[in-house]
Amino acid sequence: MNATSSSPLLETQALTVSIAGRAICTGLDLGVGAGESLVILGRNGAGKSTLLTTLAGLRPPASGEILLGGESYAALGPRQAALRRGWLAQHRDDAFGATALETALTGRHPHLGRWHWESASDADIARRALAAVGLKGFEQRDVLTLSGGERQRLAVATLLAQSPQLYLLDEPIAHLDLNHQIALLELFAAAARAGDGTGPGVIMSLHDPGLALRFADRALLLYGDGRAELGPVAEMLTAERLSALYQHPLLAVEVDGRTSFIPR
Amino acid sequence: MPTRRRAVLILAVLAALAGLSIALALSVGSIAVPLADVLATLFGGGGGVAGDVVLNLRLPRALGGFACGALLALAGALLQVLLRNPLADPYVLGISGGAGVGAMLAILFGLTAAGVNGLAFVGALASMLLVFGLAHGEGGWTQTRLLLTGVIVAAGCGAVVALILSIAPEQKLHGMLFWLMGDLAQGGDPLLPMIALVAVLGVALPFARELNLLARGADTAQTLGVAVGRLRSGVYLTASLATAIVVTYAGSIGFIGLIVPHLVRLALGNDQRLLLPASALAGGSLLVVADTLARTVVAPQQLPVGVLTALIGVPVFLYLLARAPLARR
Repeated sequence: MNATSSSPLLETQALTVSIAGRAICTGLDLGVGAGESLVILGRNGAGKSTLLTTLAGLRPPASGEILLGGESYAALGPRQAALRRGWLAQHRDDAFGATALETALTGRHPHLGRWHWESASDADIARRALAAVGLKGFEQRDVLTLSGGERQRLAVATLLAQSPQLYLLDEPIAHLDLNHQIALLELFAAAARAGDGTGPGVIMSLHDPGLALRFADRALLLYGDGRAELGPVAEMLTAERLSALYQHPLLAVEVDGRTSFIPR
Repeated sequence: MPTRRRAVLILAVLAALAGLSIALALSVGSIAVPLADVLATLFGGGGGVAGDVVLNLRLPRALGGFACGALLALAGALLQVLLRNPLADPYVLGISGGAGVGAMLAILFGLTAAGVNGLAFVGALASMLLVFGLAHGEGGWTQTRLLLTGVIVAAGCGAVVALILSIAPEQKLHGMLFWLMGDLAQGGDPLLPMIALVAVLGVALPFARELNLLARGADTAQTLGVAVGRLRSGVYLTASLATAIVVTYAGSIGFIGLIVPHLVRLALGNDQRLLLPASALAGGSLLVVADTLARTVVAPQQLPVGVLTALIGVPVFLYLLARAPLARR
């Protein structure tokens, strides 16, 4: 824990990520500390998911370093890495049935020894995580019978049960109704604020720049041609920049102190 | 999720059933030996023809059958997790195909039983390495790629086996067909499959919770702390070797590797910590019972045990599938 208080939760040094010979970002230096939240924006295919899976240690970068609390994935090993960062996949595919509670309990895996079974306190953690995403009463439901939005929230509950220091969220509010979108973003914002600067960090990809402005501290814009811009949301998320990013003219509208971006 | 206590209880019941199935196999046959005499022979060393039959004929066959059934069920359960496909069985990746080609060639050229076993094992290893090598190509290791490679290799081996069958002299056909359908009568020393069974359980059980995560998807498992690459290679090698040993010992006994893990999953859920040992016990018992029937129903003639496993397994499976809660299907 000492290492993490001095180094950022996640740090990239001269990170270059490419897919199929196309650069997504080149020489990216990025640091995300406790309680900070960063949003990744870009058009379809700009590389948001590829960057997030690279940051999660699931695919190697073309060059550069990714450090979790000052240590590389290779040095940490999968188990220690799982205590430091959690990842929410964009897609879910269940080959076998299982109850929602069993699924949420898989988040406890990195906290358990090889021969340990989930204890009553692990089950409590999983139940609280289910309740936090509005799935109280779903404990015994089969994942194969859940709707897309419910399955998405169950994946978030599994991540909460894992309780890593850094959340990497690939389109966390896809498939969700408006109320659940806001509830989920507020859930992570509240977690990040908790503990006075020692709360978890969040890196997420979103499609709505208005929500990004409201729920993130900084934004990383991926243009899809290797160019990436990083800065505070107020500076990054302007109608001018976003129009260039999405290659469509956008109009910024402010209502009740909340900014929204409307396609012209 | 089963608690550890419930798991131990269920396994104790299954172990008792396994013991019963072996006792049945020792007692039933052309010479009926009452259970009391079976026990007396086992623990007191009672002599006579009956004692001889029990100790030297039925016991090795029952133990070998139990180990083979257990290994097949374990291999099936492991491959279903590895391929994340409920339809996977120990033969889907071409191992029995390779063994079949080896065994058919050995029988065709009139080799001894040891030669047949040896060539079958070589064939199984060859197809296993071939599939693993080809599926490992550029672009990584996807379930689809592994499955496709295995299915194609299996199909190729099937064609070679059919070719050998069609050119083989008539007096060798019966032996070939029995080998292909699986037959415990040809088995030798049961020690090898029994050691393999203990080894496979010893290797797989410490990773049971990791396997639970792997069944839910490789990427999610990796981010939850599983070394997915190593685990997958280990599962593939373990399941393949287990299958190769069984196929060498008893030919390709079908069905157990597919149906037993499903039976256990329907009845007990998909937690590998319980599913793996329970599948081993249930698979071993089923094969012992099926083999006992195979050598007694139309005695003195023997039926191929693979036919019996299917005839017992299918109705039980369909019954459980029809009445299982959705969460288990």
